[in-house]
Amino acid sequence: MDTANARPKFRIEGLAFGYGAAVVQHDISFAVGDKSIFAIMGGSGCGKSTLMKTMIGLLKPGAGTIRVGEEDYWGATEQRRTEIGRRFGVVFQSGALWSSMTAEENVALPLRMFTRLDNAAITALARLKLSLVGLDRAGSVMPGELSGGMRRRVGIARALSLDPDVLFLDEPSAGLDPISAKRLDDLILELRDGFGVTVVMVSHELPSLLGICDDGIFLDADSRTAIAHGSPRTLRATSVHPTVHAFMNRERPAGEQRAKGDTDGAQ
Amino acid sequence: MTEPLSGRGWSARPNAAGMVVTLTGDWIAREATGAEPDSARRILDGAGGRALAFDTARLGRWDSALLVFLSALRQGARQRAIPFDGNGLPQAASRLLALIAEAAPETVPPPRRHTLVNQTGTAVIDAWQEALALLSLVGDTVLRGGAALRGRVRMRGVDLLTCAYDAGIAALPIVTIVNVLVGAILAFVGAVQLRKFGADIYIAALVGIAMTREMAALMTAIVMSGRTGGAYAAQIATMVGNEEIDALRAIGIPVYDYLILPKVLALTCMMPLLYLYGCAVGMFGGFVVAVSMLDVSPQAFIEQTRLNVGDDQVLFGLVKSVAFGALIAIVGCRCGLKAGRGAADVGQATTIAVVVGIVGVIALDAVFAICAHALDF
Repeated sequence: MDTANARPKFRIEGLAFGYGAAVVQHDISFAVGDKSIFAIMGGSGCGKSTLMKTMIGLLKPGAGTIRVGEEDYWGATEQRRTEIGRRFGVVFQSGALWSSMTAEENVALPLRMFTRLDNAAITALARLKLSLVGLDRAGSVMPGELSGGMRRRVGIARALSLDPDVLFLDEPSAGLDPISAKRLDDLILELRDGFGVTVVMVSHELPSLLGICDDGIFLDADSRTAIAHGSPRTLRATSVHPTVHAFMNRERPAGEQRAKGDTDGAQ
Repeated sequence: MTEPLSGRGWSARPNAAGMVVTLTGDWIAREATGAEPDSARRILDGAGGRALAFDTARLGRWDSALLVFLSALRQGARQRAIPFDGNGLPQAASRLLALIAEAAPETVPPPRRHTLVNQTGTAVIDAWQEALALLSLVGDTVLRGGAALRGRVRMRGVDLLTCAYDAGIAALPIVTIVNVLVGAILAFVGAVQLRKFGADIYIAALVGIAMTREMAALMTAIVMSGRTGGAYAAQIATMVGNEEIDALRAIGIPVYDYLILPKVLALTCMMPLLYLYGCAVGMFGGFVVAVSMLDVSPQAFIEQTRLNVGDDQVLFGLVKSVAFGALIAIVGCRCGLKAGRGAADVGQATTIAVVVGIVGVIALDAVFAICAHALDF
């Protein structure tokens, strides 16, 4: 990623966000390089998904700016914001497939709504997206009949339906078995290299973070701000911050004592 | 972003090695310019068995549109045993094409068969099982309800109170409006006929008997079916979707005692009270119309009501309202429990609960009417 930060896809400065008066995180600044795989890391409940929602435009930030390319996302008119947002593909944690439609209809709906392509072209594109995620035979299946991993793949196919510039993924490999998780990681890499899409993923799965992410930000729930920037591999090797070090090495933070009688395998 | 798109294009010409397909312009899916659905077939027809190669020196920007074209071409070439040489393609496009080819085939559940015979069979079996399930729910209600009265049920008192509040006090406004209006309408309709015979005074008996014997119990039950029965179904169906019911079962908490019994007990106990209240406000509605529109004095109306509306009429209404309450609650809970896990399933469960509740209440009322007639009551 030599040219990654020459022309960043996102530039975020002094961002504060939360729900109503409750500030989840404040003073967040970072840049997401074009065509990079950017990780939003941190423990459970630190605001990773909320940061993603703010970047997508679902949640208005309390302070700070989000620049998409050169444009101020939240400073733009609502119509312009919708146009920018349409270049984002979002994969929600559970897949969030529309349960009353087949997998193929799920993928085709954005094309039907936002392009003037004819039915044959839309079907061809939807099938292509499904076959890219390895589900070319699942087109006529209802989401309820798919497994968790397959549902997430259909979610990715749907997010790709309009050939987005940025792909947002919320916990893509959470709850998947190691083989499916690895396949998904490889898929994300291939899609990035093939389509040249920028990937922003929320994750706390160490193998995924270390395996595919080029850059990232580490959010902390206690201080309510970012405590580290950099690629997960670098953070693992060099970070001296106790929380980051513990997270990256799957340890308890230094100084935290085990409770008496709390031993492995007890109960 | 702002540069104008030049339409996609292709040309195919043979050379020594085979057929060279030259791709030009921007291949962007959103822009349908130059899209030709049958281009892959035309190229393959023209190739006549020669190997396909690509020249992409003048290819502009591209996205899935190019991949759709290439994958159709590759598939067609494979079917006709024509060699497909992807070396001339952009490297990224080759990688994505490889991804499509290599995609591990996932096992997908086979589509269900829908013949007339197995549809009929499934419907009959479903109906039979549904009847059994409802019957066992009624049995549970009797058994567990009896246990609850003796205080031997693991039910939270606060749940019962919450349900009783929802099915009782919270329902008062709508029960008031409906019953006052029904009482008033009865008085209006009766007034026109009774005036012809100079029998205005019987308006009190008409309203009183109609409300206590039929209308208060029936109208209240219909309102509660839409309001509370539907809510029960929606709540339980959502819990099914969130695996909350599974969680209760896994921990070993009896779903019936914990979740359903408070609802059934609350509605069964509240319905008679709502019925009595409905009778009172319904007669008040009739009273207002009779006194203001007809030559009936307030004292005469009250006296006529007292003479004509007997305790047995009220008792009959009370028994019916208890039965209606139990029916609505059990149907609502049952529809929720058997719901699927999707968003549409919650809506479907609610619809079925309300429809079955209303139809069931009216059908049960008819049964009561027939029994009462047979007993000369």
